[in-house]
Amino acid sequence: MNLHARKRAGAIFFIASFAATLVGIFALIVLLADVFGDGLARLDWEFITSFPSRRAASAGILSALVGTLWIISLTALFAFPIGVGAAIYLEEYAPKNRLTRLIEINIANLAGVPSVIYGLLGLGVFVRGMMLGRSVLAGALTLALLVLPIVIITAREALRAVPSSLRQAAYAVGATKWQTIWAQVLPVAFPSILTGTILALSRAMGESAPLITIGALTYIAFLPEFSLDGLFSGFTVLPIQIFNWVSRPQKAFHENAAAGIIVLLGVLLAMNALAIFLRNKYQQKANW
Amino acid sequence: MFKKMFALVALLVVAAFGAACGGASSAPQTGALTGKIKVDGSSTVFPISEAVGEEFGKKFPKVKVPVGISGTGGGFKKFCSDSPSDWTDVSDASRPIKQSEIDQCKKVGVEFIELPVAYDGLAIVANPKNTWAQCLTVAELKKMWEPDAQGKITNWNQIRASFPDKPLKLYGPGTDSGTFDYFTEAINGKEKASRGDFTPSEDDNVLVQGVGDTRNEGGLGYFGVAYYEANKDKLKLVAVDKKGDGKCNLPTFDNVKTGVYDPLSRPLFIYVNKKSAERVEVKEFINFYIANATKLVQEVGYISLPDNVTKLVAERFAKGVTGSMYAGKSSEPGMTLEELLKK
Repeated sequence: MNLHARKRAGAIFFIASFAATLVGIFALIVLLADVFGDGLARLDWEFITSFPSRRAASAGILSALVGTLWIISLTALFAFPIGVGAAIYLEEYAPKNRLTRLIEINIANLAGVPSVIYGLLGLGVFVRGMMLGRSVLAGALTLALLVLPIVIITAREALRAVPSSLRQAAYAVGATKWQTIWAQVLPVAFPSILTGTILALSRAMGESAPLITIGALTYIAFLPEFSLDGLFSGFTVLPIQIFNWVSRPQKAFHENAAAGIIVLLGVLLAMNALAIFLRNKYQQKANW
Repeated sequence: MFKKMFALVALLVVAAFGAACGGASSAPQTGALTGKIKVDGSSTVFPISEAVGEEFGKKFPKVKVPVGISGTGGGFKKFCSDSPSDWTDVSDASRPIKQSEIDQCKKVGVEFIELPVAYDGLAIVANPKNTWAQCLTVAELKKMWEPDAQGKITNWNQIRASFPDKPLKLYGPGTDSGTFDYFTEAINGKEKASRGDFTPSEDDNVLVQGVGDTRNEGGLGYFGVAYYEANKDKLKLVAVDKKGDGKCNLPTFDNVKTGVYDPLSRPLFIYVNKKSAERVEVKEFINFYIANATKLVQEVGYISLPDNVTKLVAERFAKGVTGSMYAGKSSEPGMTLEELLKK
């Protein structure tokens, strides 16, 4: 190939990759335009603070929004410590042997298991086995299982990215293994761990399949109480409410669904923003 | 480090709860009744139960009435589950309870009261560009939908000689739906017996779009009349002639209510656990359901029962009559609800 041909090949590759980027962005714009066109008019404070109703115009998303926030906070509470703990063990303590490899492969495979399977697992273990019933707690535990593999994998990546010179320096001044991990490795890895966890939780928030399997409800005109009893309350979440509205015959309900999608997008965006904020905040602190 | 992490997680949780509590509006606490009434089952009946639950909640704000959707069959599975913690108080159903479900209820010791609450008409709809099909006989519908039609009946001119040479494209609810069960029983004579090469969807709005597509002149489908009512401009309603004697009926309000729209109008039910019905809040809820169904049923797009039938339903509940009027069958051909309730 002469120089001209090589340059042309380069230009073609540039255009192809640029076009590939455009496809994604274009699809997103079309989707957003469609959703905002349908739903923006319905979206107001009343929509967010009302319970569902048979009248599309007075129906709101309160119980679904609160249900989602409940479930996601609890999921974070379960998945974060367990996931990070497992990652620390696998990355810092586990001997490099066959058993460890087996565990690693299994975790990687679990990350690819369809979410409805986790729903069935949750139904069997939490709802029936542990007699938690079709409750917020059972839902959160199920979603925690769903995101655990992703949390573990991202946390391990974060720990691995910490330069080993840092660990060696800590050992050199006489720190124990525990002191090294707690005071040196974790703070450096923390921003990435946090980002990974929040992104995993964002995925969990859009899930409806596992929650339908464990019996999330559709019409709820009350909120789970802010107490231990609330953990055993029935619940619904945003994706389920949206799906219910989409399948209604009347067009006004479809507009509600679009407005519900905007709310869901808003919550997702807020969580991602939080992830970025926290990452930046802790990144600045970790300079050694 | 640990403190920081803990504080963060705590912050997340507190923020979520804060949002939760801030949003809760405190309704005036009238009505001393408390408790929880679990309702689950058919997605067709859901809008009615949701509407009743909403109105009941205004009168008795301390009674919680969560309503789930797990389908008629799924609802009965919970209603008479092997583990009593799964039991619901009320099960929504778009068909009568089956013999296998009755047996299961007997096995676990659940007695139930069967209460019709509304009628639903199944609309036969065609593409608006369809100029030829005004009325189809049940025999013609059977010819289109029976299992033997698979791969063979693909053109409108095979249905009736006077119909034009246009491809027949069929749309219908998925095989898990109670609507599918009912239609196959009423038209093909056997529940779930249907040709398989039609376009199915669990979402009726997808069927509306398929049949109504302007490029799809030969489209035909069936679904609940509420979906036709909401999409009148996109669809053409086809009348049904039961015996082939030229008496064509549309699923109008009156035709469904009086049973003239035969055989494609069906009753919708709620099943109440007899033990639950002894609880004062459940009793109150069911009485409220029956008393307000007439108004609410129409609001959500179904057809209410005639007043005399509503009265019989109320009596049935007051007397606590258990068991099914259909004795495990999917319908009682030739008998109206009034006759069945008086039986």
